[in-house]
Amino acid sequence: MDRKVLLIEDEPNIIEAIRFLLARDGWSVETHSNGVDAVEAVRDHAPDLVILDLMLPGRSGMEILRDLRADSATSRLPVLMLTARGQSRDRDMAEKAGVSRFMTKPFSNVEVMTAVRDLVAQASRQ
Amino acid sequence: MRDTLTGSRIRERRMMAGIRQAELAREVRISASYLNLIEHNRRRIGGKLLVDIARVLGVEPSMLSEGAEAALVVTLREAAAEVGDSGAELQRADEFAGRFPGWAAVLAAAHRRGATLERTVESLADRLNHDPHLAHSLHEVLSTAAAIRSTASILAEPGEIEPEWRDRFHRNLNQDSQRLAESSKALVRYLDESDVVSGRRAVPQEEVEAFIAAHDHHFAALETEAETPRDIVAGADMLSTPAARQIARGVLNQYLDDARAMPMRAFAAEVRAAGLDPAHLAARFGCDLAAVLRRLAAMPHAVLGHDVGLVICDASGSILFRKQLADFALPRFGASCPLWPLFAALGQPMRPLRRRVSQLGRSSAMFDCFAVAQPVGRPVFDEDPLLRATMLIAPASDDAAPAGPVRQVGSSCRVCPKPECNARREPSILADGM
Repeated sequence: MDRKVLLIEDEPNIIEAIRFLLARDGWSVETHSNGVDAVEAVRDHAPDLVILDLMLPGRSGMEILRDLRADSATSRLPVLMLTARGQSRDRDMAEKAGVSRFMTKPFSNVEVMTAVRDLVAQASRQ
Repeated sequence: MRDTLTGSRIRERRMMAGIRQAELAREVRISASYLNLIEHNRRRIGGKLLVDIARVLGVEPSMLSEGAEAALVVTLREAAAEVGDSGAELQRADEFAGRFPGWAAVLAAAHRRGATLERTVESLADRLNHDPHLAHSLHEVLSTAAAIRSTASILAEPGEIEPEWRDRFHRNLNQDSQRLAESSKALVRYLDESDVVSGRRAVPQEEVEAFIAAHDHHFAALETEAETPRDIVAGADMLSTPAARQIARGVLNQYLDDARAMPMRAFAAEVRAAGLDPAHLAARFGCDLAAVLRRLAAMPHAVLGHDVGLVICDASGSILFRKQLADFALPRFGASCPLWPLFAALGQPMRPLRRRVSQLGRSSAMFDCFAVAQPVGRPVFDEDPLLRATMLIAPASDDAAPAGPVRQVGSSCRVCPKPECNARREPSILADGM
């Protein structure tokens, strides 16, 4: 089974580290670095899970999340949101918009990997 | 417990020195496979063998047996505990410090810097929501810290990583730690320069205003062109921030343009002959009205025989420049009375307004205000003109026939007693006394 993650993040060295971790864990990893056409990227790659940065060039992760939830094809796709701003306001907004898991930078690798495994396990049970 | 990592340190030192394992083994007369076991911490080592190896590697034996500083390991543990992490990586903090002392120091420094910034951030939580520059700086710091943390913990994991990846991660760490150093420095500099941390540092406009006021709004060195605006600003101790110096240069450049178009001697002579008549002066010198109003405000007291005030605002109503006048209250930036002729002029671009006003809540002194709103810059097709309004405030004079009734204006709502005012934004603190 080839499980696929789409990582939408604009920080090249974060991309590299997460890509390494996920690939070693048996994931196939696609990456995308800007907000403008991120929703299209999700449709094209049809991943099992999306890791989405909140602050992206062009378009905010929050808007992208809302678009994904509005589309029946992606309304139940697990989305792990990363943010450098851990304010409760952002967390509330993300939860209202239907985020699956919310994580603040700087995160630990263990946290990320655990979240990814949990989210996929939850999704496959449904 | 510490000496369980002696092998790792020998291996690291040997590789740094560029000596092959077999070579070192031969030098100290043990087998390469035995040295290999030592280097992987599978055989204890001490005594003469340790001293011999240290000699070949050119280090003190204690460097090999004691390894990383305890403080460094503690900081690494704190860094891990800080984020509520646990498990294998936490227990291996000293292995990480032993194997990559340089990188561990970088991570520890990043953690300490992060902790310092976090404390600052806590005190600025509200500001964070309102200041895009600050939000951006913090995002930069935290993202870089995230990259460093993630990369460093991959490197710290036990087990081999392919050399290609390891080298790449080392490069990334190096890049990111430099970036973190720069972005956190920039952040600290920004916080130092803004008033949030240092307390009561004035906003740049206020610094510029105080600087211009200290010169009585008149710069003799610019009139004679003995000095340039750049010289004057460079020599001004009162302008403490780059922002204030930039604004001051803008104001003085404008002053210089005005002074060239309306030379001091001729302008003063014309004012003495014809009185305070901006329209006449504009025609005489071929200048626009706003320039004439600014120039009048730059005249020494003797020329007009009295003081005048000046206010300039942009189309949003934000006040860009003020020259204070005794008895006419010009409140701090951003809280003025919308009844000022200055703002009426904004609604009637290019139309000069003259209004006689008295300010409530102060003395009953009357003033003549001359105001005009003009576009800034050259006209461009399909671009909305950017307006700027200028108002000169002079004590009411019997020479100038009052145009219409005396209008009552305020300074700012909080200190204005005017009842039933349509322009009121917030209740007056004086209201109870009315």
